[in-house]
Amino acid sequence: MFSFCADPKALEGFGWLLCYLTSGKHLGFYTSFLTVLTLLAVTAPTALAFGFGGAMAARSHIAPVSWLGKIYIVMVRGVPDIVFFMFFVIALDQGIEWMKHQVVCPDWKEPIRQGLEFRVCPQAKVPLGSSSQIWHQLYGFALAVFTFSIVFGAFAANVLYGAMNAVPRAQLETAESYGMTPRQVFRRILVPQMWTYALPGLSNLWMILIKATPLLFLLGVKDIVYWARELGSAKTQAYAYPHPDWRLWYFLFLLVAYLCMTRVSEILLGRLSARLNHGQATAAGEAMRRAAQ
Amino acid sequence: MTCWETIGAYAFRSLGYGEKLLPRSDFTLCQQFTLIGSGLIWNIYFGALALMFGFFFANALAMAKASHNPWARKPAEWFIFVFRGSPLFIQFFLAYSALVMLPRGGIDIFGLHIATNWLTSAWAGALIVLFLNTAAYAAEIFYGALMSVPKGDLEAAEAYGIHGWSKFRRIQWPTMLRLAWPAYTNEAIFLFHATTLVFFSGFPAFQQRGDALYYANYFADKTFNPFVPYPIVAFYFIMLTATLILLFGIVNRRLNRHLPSNIRSKIRLRPRLIR
Repeated sequence: MFSFCADPKALEGFGWLLCYLTSGKHLGFYTSFLTVLTLLAVTAPTALAFGFGGAMAARSHIAPVSWLGKIYIVMVRGVPDIVFFMFFVIALDQGIEWMKHQVVCPDWKEPIRQGLEFRVCPQAKVPLGSSSQIWHQLYGFALAVFTFSIVFGAFAANVLYGAMNAVPRAQLETAESYGMTPRQVFRRILVPQMWTYALPGLSNLWMILIKATPLLFLLGVKDIVYWARELGSAKTQAYAYPHPDWRLWYFLFLLVAYLCMTRVSEILLGRLSARLNHGQATAAGEAMRRAAQ
Repeated sequence: MTCWETIGAYAFRSLGYGEKLLPRSDFTLCQQFTLIGSGLIWNIYFGALALMFGFFFANALAMAKASHNPWARKPAEWFIFVFRGSPLFIQFFLAYSALVMLPRGGIDIFGLHIATNWLTSAWAGALIVLFLNTAAYAAEIFYGALMSVPKGDLEAAEAYGIHGWSKFRRIQWPTMLRLAWPAYTNEAIFLFHATTLVFFSGFPAFQQRGDALYYANYFADKTFNPFVPYPIVAFYFIMLTATLILLFGIVNRRLNRHLPSNIRSKIRLRPRLIR
């Protein structure tokens, strides 16, 4: 990055450290933080949308729709965490390729499962074997985002379903007696009021989502854990910047980074919850009213 | 090989007994059930021991956090924050790379030789991390329960002349445990779920002796078919969760036995996914 970094072996002390921390691989490490933030930024709204859909389906008066919503919520319960992540990514990948296979090569004779292999026709590979590396990476990332969204969506659905049921019944009945249609009641009364009940659960979920991001590494995405392992492992004299095993320091750095992220979210969510509790008929709202008097 | 022979060969494979080589081709359903079940022994080992030791440490931490002395309160608050605020996954990595840096031959302190190489193996190193982690989570639960012990109970104790340690032991602590128990049950369940992370982060599986998810992943990698091994893991864990709820429910009934039935606290499954 800097001009004096051309010959790293001649450098010493602070200059060496500066050049080391701005080497090409380290820049990759820093951009991988963006990967994690992108994952959070994409997954949170998607999971919320999935959750909203799930909760709405579970509340539906049409029995099959309501069952579907409830099954979706129950699906993730009781089964351990990373089993879902390990399972979904392969299952999704194979599902997509299988469907594309049915469309692209309808007259492919051989069976898809040949003993130990999963083999679709070459045109049905996603992404195609000939496409560039960046597409493979993007596809992997998209699969990871989708998996995170499905799993966290089920949890968000659980929270939102509970929150929708927690809105005082009298509020909805009053709205109905004013002649609002069920849709209007839902949009004008239920949804604006449910957030205060949903927020504790959703903020807990957000914290869990932050702490689940290192699992990207297990899904094969080059995230911060991947780079920390890569950069921290011992480098011999063959490398530009030889150093002993420094993984401990890299992981310590990651630990501190995560602690900062959770702490900042905690503070922000605390403020948001104070805002939402304002004037609500809940214990927290009552406490705020008392304090203001 | 019949299924009985498979069970004989692989039932304790995760501990190093029985057949040396894992099956390489012609995987049967029986093999998958047996090996994944054998891996479950490790999950139970990690979960049960970490929970047992963690319970006592969590009590001490909760008391320290509730104390008025900042020398006790601050370290406890920081400990809980660090372990609850960071991913368990990173904690495993960090612990492993720290333990590896200990000198291979052991440390000599005042002529006393302390071997250190056992710390890098999963059975000890991962257990320590899980122990500290569950202690932090449980301490937060216990602290919350300690803060919500009814004021009237404490005043009644004072009125009867029960003070200090005796008040804590006879009034505060049992009530705290009763209030915390449903949340603690969930913590226990998710500690068991978290044990599946051990062999995926840092700690290597010596001679392919891994936990349930390790073997499931082995089968999924070999057969390219995730639809058999992962549901088997899910099945085992649902059984484990049900057993835990049963056991903790017995304790819960005992803790609530003096209360009228309408105000007893019930255990509800509140999944928390990943820590």
